[in-house]
Amino acid sequence: MAPNSTAIDFAPPARPAKSAGQPIIAVRDLVHRYQERNALNGVSFDVHPAELFGLLGPNGSGKTTLFRILSTLMVPTSGSATIAGFDVVRQPGALRRHIGVVFQAQSVDAKLTAYENLWHQGHLYGLRGPELKARINEILTRVGLLDRSADRVETFSGGMQRRIELAKGLLHHPEVLLLDEPTTGLDPGARRDLWQYLQILRDQERVSVIVTTHLMEEAERCDRLAILNEGNLVALGTPEALTREIGGDVILLEARDPQVLADQIRTKFHVDATVMDKQVRTEIENGHRFVPDVVEAFPGEIQSLSVSKPTLEDVFIHRTGHRFWSEDAEAVPEAGKKGKKKSTKKLDH
Amino acid sequence: MATRSATFPATAPASAGVLLPAFTLWWREVVRFYRQRARVVGVILSPLLFWIVLGSGFGTSFRSGQAAGQQHYLDYFYPGTLVMIVLFTAIFTMMSVIEDRNEGFLLSVLVAPVPRAAIVLGKVLGGTTLAAVQGLIFLVFSPFVGIHLTLASFGLIVLTVFLVSFALTALGFAIAWPMDSTQAFHAIINLFLIPLWLLSGALFPLSKASGWIRWLMYANPLTYGVEALRTLMYPEAPSTFPLPASILTLLLFALFMFGLAFALANRRTTKPAA
Repeated sequence: MAPNSTAIDFAPPARPAKSAGQPIIAVRDLVHRYQERNALNGVSFDVHPAELFGLLGPNGSGKTTLFRILSTLMVPTSGSATIAGFDVVRQPGALRRHIGVVFQAQSVDAKLTAYENLWHQGHLYGLRGPELKARINEILTRVGLLDRSADRVETFSGGMQRRIELAKGLLHHPEVLLLDEPTTGLDPGARRDLWQYLQILRDQERVSVIVTTHLMEEAERCDRLAILNEGNLVALGTPEALTREIGGDVILLEARDPQVLADQIRTKFHVDATVMDKQVRTEIENGHRFVPDVVEAFPGEIQSLSVSKPTLEDVFIHRTGHRFWSEDAEAVPEAGKKGKKKSTKKLDH
Repeated sequence: MATRSATFPATAPASAGVLLPAFTLWWREVVRFYRQRARVVGVILSPLLFWIVLGSGFGTSFRSGQAAGQQHYLDYFYPGTLVMIVLFTAIFTMMSVIEDRNEGFLLSVLVAPVPRAAIVLGKVLGGTTLAAVQGLIFLVFSPFVGIHLTLASFGLIVLTVFLVSFALTALGFAIAWPMDSTQAFHAIINLFLIPLWLLSGALFPLSKASGWIRWLMYANPLTYGVEALRTLMYPEAPSTFPLPASILTLLLFALFMFGLAFALANRRTTKPAA
């Protein structure tokens, strides 16, 4: 049974030890349908205790739907998901006390002080009195905002507000922390701080952290990743294993007529070459040997060429056959910028 | 029961119950209100202005002295104004449900282990407090219209104002819960609010209404609020309903509205919660 409401201690309570390898989150054949469209198409995966787990996908991939289902805000159409042994559909009440949730939208009340926000939050979890006070001071110290505890949140910077959000999510010491695009709107310094803190949580508190993101460099920091595309799980594994499976290098070529060049490369070198964003793209082992050959073979046709080690975006392209950011996704300002920056960076290699 | 990581300190208590979360939501509602000065000023000054301007204007246009010993229309209009203050404050405080939903605050409450009844109770009591306090502040002007309250009648006025506030706040909650825009809320509320108030006996007495209008007034729960207040404020005036009947009707109205608000909030759907 869960601990009694009158006895809250900070010491590790006596509990049956978890058998090794038992997942903290188990998602099985999860399907979610909005009117016409399937937002989730039978997704299954496990998250292990004390794991930093990323849900990577472009907008509309289903990661937000999955996040809502795991945080008990929405009931899936079919399939199941359990967190810490509790079913998201049948036992939402019991499950809720084991998860901390940090939303993309601001959930702190700007008219209240940092302390008041956490005091309010603690009450929602049945915490009160001296214990609650101790926890608030503890968590404010941990996020480095103890000296601002009496200030209204509306006077805080974006990074500080995020830290209060995080403090809200951690106040009741959850075993699982769910974060939806937590670095949205943060400057690079604040992003780095947040990720460092998530790693500390995993290492020192053994919290399982689940983060949704559309940023490749954030996904690379996760222990394991689930890559989603159009409601399907297209890849699952550690970032290293996923990029390793591509094998070799990714070559991008620019030509006057990319389609013709791609056809010629396919017939001459017997490799798979595709045209993507007016570039010819091919995955090949020992790219450095292929480069002189291909330039030699089509003199004057190639305008520029780049060789790079595969990234998570290449994993995505490899599995789905299209770029992470499709044309309509580029309409989202931040997303679009990110996608373009990534592709230019790759050409620099 | 649960599989848990043994190294991590204790999580929150097994149950937060209903009262503690309800209290904290009530507290937030009240604190937020008084930290927005413009709202406080607006809510107190506008009904006062409305009462004096409209009451004086109507008072010279037509006389309603027939309804027992009330010389001036300002006197007759007084309980109706109080109900109007309560009506506007109560329903409009629940616009915060929509704001909370859009901001993300509501999400953090919905993922907490809090029974939905506590969420409804906390929010509704918060709005009720604001509306009732505003209504009772208006009682400061009662000596100017020749109202002399005893302790008992004051207590019953507080009870009546509380019941009216509670029922209307719950109504506001029920309307606001499924909505995602404050504009839509305004549109629906105006559709409800004005007729509800016009047909409550606030402006003209039930006894003077004709035919179907009178039946609409009978069906309007606010009529019983206005009637109860008028009976308490002007005991000599003849009343249409006995006081206990009015108060009982208000109680049932309040319970029904709370039930409705709870039923709406307690649904779990496959649709996004925000």
